[in-house]
Amino acid sequence: MVAYKKPIIIIKELHKAYGNKIVLNNFNLILNEGENLVVMGKSGSGKSVMIKCVIGLETPDSGSIFVMNKEINKLEHEDINELRTEIGFLFQGSALYDSMSVRENLEFPLRRHTKKFGKIIDTTPLVVEALESVGLTSAINLMPEELSGGMKRRIALARTLILKPKIILYDEPTTGLDPITSKEIILLMQSIQQKYNTSSIIITHDVDCAKSIANRMILLIDGINYIEGTFDELNTSKDPKVQAFFK
Amino acid sequence: MKMVIKIKAFFYPFFIEVGEISYFAGRFFKEFLFPPYEYKEFLRQCYYIGNRSLFLVGVTGFIIGLVFTLQSRPTLLEFGAVSWMASMVSVSIIREIGPIITALICAGRISSGIGAELGSMKVTEQIDAMEVSGTNPFKYLVITRILATTLMLPLLVIFGDVLAIYGSYLVENVKDNVSFQLYFNQVFNILEFSDIVPATIKTFFFGFAIGLIGCFKGYYCKKGTAGVGKAANTAVVYTSLFLFLIDFIAVFVTNIFYDL
Repeated sequence: MVAYKKPIIIIKELHKAYGNKIVLNNFNLILNEGENLVVMGKSGSGKSVMIKCVIGLETPDSGSIFVMNKEINKLEHEDINELRTEIGFLFQGSALYDSMSVRENLEFPLRRHTKKFGKIIDTTPLVVEALESVGLTSAINLMPEELSGGMKRRIALARTLILKPKIILYDEPTTGLDPITSKEIILLMQSIQQKYNTSSIIITHDVDCAKSIANRMILLIDGINYIEGTFDELNTSKDPKVQAFFK
Repeated sequence: MKMVIKIKAFFYPFFIEVGEISYFAGRFFKEFLFPPYEYKEFLRQCYYIGNRSLFLVGVTGFIIGLVFTLQSRPTLLEFGAVSWMASMVSVSIIREIGPIITALICAGRISSGIGAELGSMKVTEQIDAMEVSGTNPFKYLVITRILATTLMLPLLVIFGDVLAIYGSYLVENVKDNVSFQLYFNQVFNILEFSDIVPATIKTFFFGFAIGLIGCFKGYYCKKGTAGVGKAANTAVVYTSLFLFLIDFIAVFVTNIFYDL
């Protein structure tokens, strides 16, 4: 059992509903420093909503979220922006800006997040370093339309890395990719964690991904954290609801 | 009673949407004055909106000038008033036809384009990614586009007007051998500030409406590709309706001023 350091994200009794549909119902979560926490659940179970609440893209109805000891719900917009320099977010569909080249996509987060690095005159070293981390320096001048699905995911990962975040939130990082590319992305996530010593919440349906990367797992069912444990503990669970995910 | 309920059901969503568009416009005025200013993106949008619409607006204006003159000629000939052609064409084009036709073309081209672009950015989470990157997507995407359409539309209208009058001149030159100087002397003799100024002022409002509704529809686009298509489509429909409404108000207000 790995001994983790202090908690870096704490979610307490998070509640979120859209109209009559309750998505998160008193959901709790703790992410420790250096940990990879996998959250699994059915489609529409509120996994993505949960990490969007963490980064301030969604506002919870009630409950509290602490990121690096700061309560997200109580921060001013400017303070949330500053905190976001410490949180990378890999979107499900990569979310690269279509009208910008790979270089411009990577430079984009540096435009406003100047407090962390100061005013950057030459962004090239940072862009190249991020691209080297994902093994795609040759794609620097390409447009997103010229990239394959796997390459897009890597570039999106490079864009999250450019600010050197302490936390990375992955929203279904292997969805829509073939098994070989999925494995490459998983290896990349592992190497990034080792290189940058990041803490991660990984939202996924992919059991192979969970098995490879999870230090700990949570199953999100009916808006609550139904069960928590290591991959092996959940995999050997006799609970039919849990088994349904691993069959 | 059933009729009242039906009428209410028909108009209720419309007024809700009008309220939301007004709120969106209010947010624009609230945010566009304060930094950070996205100059680069604003200039890029001016280029896309202005330069890339130039050809379409120019060709349409030119053909309208030609056709308008050709269609009006027989009637004017009948009354022996063909010498009034330049005056009639220029006043009609400058006051009404030029601005409204150019604005409608831009509604089809620009407003739907903005609706589809922002809609697809919304659906593919690019707007969320922008927010996470510390950039205010409203300032970067919406304010730049609305300002660009507001400033570019008057220029496009002027360009379209000039080509329409030139088209009219070509017809007159071919049919009656009217010289360039004579034709344009007549044009400038008949035109007054009261023709040009109100017509130009309303084009700023047209441009604002085109940008505003395109951005609104795209920014609040529903998920899925169907949502993007609907955003582009409704952007054109709503913008066209708004253009006629603005035009009516502009003519009404202009008449009030000139009656005083």
